[in-house]
Amino acid sequence: MDMVNVKINGREYSVPADSTVLEAARYAGVDIPTLCYLKDINEIGACRLCLVEVTGARGLVTSCVYPVNEGMEIFTNTPKVLAARKTNLELVLSNHEKKCLSCVRSTSCELQKLANEYGCEEGHFHGASIEYEKDESTPFLVRDNNKCILCRRCVAACKNMQGIGVIGTNDRGFDTHIGTAFEKKLAETSCIGCGQCIVACPVGALYEKDDTQKVLDAIADPKKHVAICTAPSIRATIGECFGYEPGTDVEGKMVAAVKRLGFDGVYDMNLTADLTIMEEATEFLERVKEGGKLPLITSCSPGWIKYCEHYFPDMTENLSSCKSPQQMFGAMYKTYYAEKMGIDPKDIFFVSCIPCTAKKFEVGRDGQSAAGVPDVDVAITTRELARMIEKAGINFKALPDEKFDQPFDIGSGAGAIFGATGGVMEAALRTAAEVILGKPLEKLEFDDVRGTAPIKRATYKLGDLEIKVAVASGTKNAKELLTKVQNGEEKVDFIEIMACPGGCVNGGGQPLQPASVRNTVDLRALRAKVLYTADSKMDLRKSHENSAVKKLYDEYLGKPGSHRAHEILHTTYVKRGL
Amino acid sequence: MIRAHVLICGGTGCTSSGSDKIQEAFERELAASDLASEIKVVRTGCFGLCAVGPVVIVHPDGTFYSHVTPDDVPEIVSEHLLKGRPVKRLEYKDVDETVRDKVNVSLNDTTFYKTQKRVALRNCGVIDPENIDEYIAMDGYQALGKVLTEMTPDDVIKVILDSGLRGRGGGGFPTGRKWMFAKASVSDKKYVVCNADEGDPGAFMDRSVLEGDPHAVLEAMAIAGYAIGADEGYIYVRAEYPIAVHRLEIALKQAREYGLLGKNIFGTGFNFDITIRLGAGAFVCGEETALLTSIEGNRGEPRPRPPFPAVKGLFGQPTIINNVETFANICQIILNGPEWFASMGTEKSKGTKVFALGGKITNTGLVEIPMGTTLREVVEVIGGGVPNGKKFKAAQTGGPSGGCIPASLIDTPIDYDNLIAIGSMMGSGGLIIMDEDTCMVDLAKFFLEFTVDESCGKCAPCRIGTRRLLEILEKIVDGKGELEDIDRLEELAAYIKSASLCGLGQTAPNPVLSTLRYFRDEYIAHVTEKRCPAGVCKHLLSYSIDPEKCRGCTACARVCPAGAISGSVKQPHTIDTAKCLKCGACIEKCKFGAIIKK
Repeated sequence: MDMVNVKINGREYSVPADSTVLEAARYAGVDIPTLCYLKDINEIGACRLCLVEVTGARGLVTSCVYPVNEGMEIFTNTPKVLAARKTNLELVLSNHEKKCLSCVRSTSCELQKLANEYGCEEGHFHGASIEYEKDESTPFLVRDNNKCILCRRCVAACKNMQGIGVIGTNDRGFDTHIGTAFEKKLAETSCIGCGQCIVACPVGALYEKDDTQKVLDAIADPKKHVAICTAPSIRATIGECFGYEPGTDVEGKMVAAVKRLGFDGVYDMNLTADLTIMEEATEFLERVKEGGKLPLITSCSPGWIKYCEHYFPDMTENLSSCKSPQQMFGAMYKTYYAEKMGIDPKDIFFVSCIPCTAKKFEVGRDGQSAAGVPDVDVAITTRELARMIEKAGINFKALPDEKFDQPFDIGSGAGAIFGATGGVMEAALRTAAEVILGKPLEKLEFDDVRGTAPIKRATYKLGDLEIKVAVASGTKNAKELLTKVQNGEEKVDFIEIMACPGGCVNGGGQPLQPASVRNTVDLRALRAKVLYTADSKMDLRKSHENSAVKKLYDEYLGKPGSHRAHEILHTTYVKRGL
Repeated sequence: MIRAHVLICGGTGCTSSGSDKIQEAFERELAASDLASEIKVVRTGCFGLCAVGPVVIVHPDGTFYSHVTPDDVPEIVSEHLLKGRPVKRLEYKDVDETVRDKVNVSLNDTTFYKTQKRVALRNCGVIDPENIDEYIAMDGYQALGKVLTEMTPDDVIKVILDSGLRGRGGGGFPTGRKWMFAKASVSDKKYVVCNADEGDPGAFMDRSVLEGDPHAVLEAMAIAGYAIGADEGYIYVRAEYPIAVHRLEIALKQAREYGLLGKNIFGTGFNFDITIRLGAGAFVCGEETALLTSIEGNRGEPRPRPPFPAVKGLFGQPTIINNVETFANICQIILNGPEWFASMGTEKSKGTKVFALGGKITNTGLVEIPMGTTLREVVEVIGGGVPNGKKFKAAQTGGPSGGCIPASLIDTPIDYDNLIAIGSMMGSGGLIIMDEDTCMVDLAKFFLEFTVDESCGKCAPCRIGTRRLLEILEKIVDGKGELEDIDRLEELAAYIKSASLCGLGQTAPNPVLSTLRYFRDEYIAHVTEKRCPAGVCKHLLSYSIDPEKCRGCTACARVCPAGAISGSVKQPHTIDTAKCLKCGACIEKCKFGAIIKK
């Protein structure tokens, strides 16, 4: 790597020649504050907080985008720089709704933290501000422009990262605000609900629609049987809300905490991930055998489903008709389990905890009520579950490790890795391969589909059958792949798509990390590692060997792809268009 | 055989005062008098002296008619064109009586024109901009021919460098260096962009060049393309300039027909063509990176530099972006040599500069003067002085990005560096003259209102900072200011200058800072005495009636929209200050000077 010598705050450093001033400072152990900067997707130099002094430069230098050069002399903490940052923050505060006490982002707000560090006065500047109506039109998120600081990280997440762009900047000057085209309500746009805008937001201008009160009310209702299942990735991320480093597996404590919230049953969604594999692998093999529509595309990610319906309506026939693991769980619970336990499905309140905001949309979709009532009543994100635990005064870190409740406590390693991009594909391949080959695989890891690359491709030879697979995460990457498939440039048999880059571990409902962490740590890889490690340590690593799943088929569903399985576990899609 | 030419100004100013109707009238009258075959009517670009438009010049004698109406045309035709007797009553009245009394004063002898030096404007008001042959007759496309057949790209850049030409859009960056950087950038695709998004209030230099001499810009862009290795150009022009756009379209079409744009120009293998892009009227799109972003089809917002456009510009490719007036100088530099150009002007500012002269000045219009001309020469000679016997107070250059030059500095030679040194800037060439009735706090507020409106909203210092700055100014003119507010203004202004993303924000506080520098006493009077020395700021004024002078005619009471004036007939009236709107209607009506405003 080419290196250059720079001086930062009087000390000499050798830094990579392609660094920005911000990156060079980081090598020197100096964190320069930023509000708008997100590496690769939002390098727009708009917030003006990262300004530093550079000898010989005219005015202050925008460190997030300014390249270093040999001999450059950088000062990150001069009185001029510090005063400019303070003024900047105070100006931003003068046009920010400072209801910090009740703000969902209090203590995790990047603006609050900086304002505090720089000793800002909220009222140093005062003057006009514009009142905006909150957009609460969707079931998954709230946009509150009164809190917005116009860093545009949400716009970048939506447009540059996800390739969607339903939000952008409207009007100009002081009237500039984030909005949709023609100021439509978000629900009237082709927003897919992935929630990546929330993940990007440094303040409380974007947040998930909080459904925790509905859950608390149900728990408090003695007539209700309230059950919850947690998605595969929650164990890998919820610890971050309680002070654990990203990439810490806290399954045992999570289960213990949730049990203490008063649910009548706490279950592992890995089970229905396995069930999904049984149905999806069967569907795939049938389509291959009978010349059905290929490529088959996975349907676990509701953000992806909505994306496909809006942007690739001609490809909805390619979607697997399988419900997502969340919906399968609720459907089995309110049919099989309700019958077995003699509970009226109407009295069951089924909650899923998911890493996803789009699942809040999914629970209300048509064709998701196997027992005549919605399969899932409420979907809450990782963040909301953590909030419930905090509110209940449960000392998460001090809890013992506990196990999920029976009879839905068995999940395979294949189900666990659903939470990472490529995980569903790998799980399906494990099962499909063994079904085709009729003998156990020697190696269960399908390394080509692992990792955080935007699009992964592999070809597998299973007996006489050659299968081409592709995995994409993030809808921008999905668009690239599908466009090629549609144009006939690329022939694929089986595709896994996750709406969020990196898959569910990086979902829109996952714990928020500030840009300073997101820009320097690959959260997707760290969190995914938890799932792959868990899988590697398990004895049960194939969905078709899950005894609980077998039992469901034996006792209730018949065999994978049966008529009954279709009634309960499959669904249909809508061609929404734009 | 054509024996005479009637030149009618077809610039936006004269067109809006009806010069198209005058053209029709001439054509009709000439046909009726059977003169159409011997007298040619030409619609030209702007002559410059907009204050006296519509303007008509009759050649070969050069008679200069001002304030012409269609009704005057039969007389001009029958008297002047038929009988050879110029219509004296319509001839331009020079401010200088010795000039005025001469017969048949040619344009170049008038006080307004005689010290001007027209380089960028050389063809404006001279040729028919819609006829490429007229441009060619004025040596048009010779420079391109010379460049393509006799010079290497490096030769071209050296000539431009040696000429000392600096960007006329405001920044004053050496044009040759810009071209050199773009040439040095390695890429298969490069672009030449012409910035015609003229946005300063009151400025219309670029519009006039495009309306009067569009080929000069096209030719220069092709030369620039040859110099840097580009085959494609864009002109980004405001949609509010329909005449300029129309003439550019005609010029492009004609240049292509003549093989002067397109493939294999002059058989040299050089290809170059130009596309027009219309701007939607955002001031910020005059900032080069915002302009490029807008051409790319995105919201016109600036982007951080580096990378500079010469390295990574339009569609990510090396790009030069020059202002209309800059381009308008190129062909003349190529034809006459860099020494000729460098012989005009001052040490570091070569050539001439076009200014749009406006405000409290007799001769509003377009002037082109050698760099280094003093402000006094512009105001007192070319501009004909401040009208109505008022005193010159200050001049604003650089529009909302610039600053004011007070009367004490009226002998400053105008060039890039002098203007910067006194806290203003050249800008694109707006020159607004203010007299003693101008309140400098109000002036700063006016320009700041403009930038607050035109801020794109991308960066916080400009988006929020300029608004807060304006709010402090509003507080001061409303009579609610405190002394500390002046410090706040200065601190915040300094911050916005140093922290904003682009030139718009970095210069937005200049009107505040420069008025504070030269007219601090006015700010202090507003704050401490709650008084507006120029008598402009409404909230600080109070109206009263001098009982000695009032005759009780009741005219004021009848005109007052608020019913604030009362009194019996033939008795002195009084004003109820609580009801008074301070609209000034009473002052206009009072014949006895009895109403006092202070």
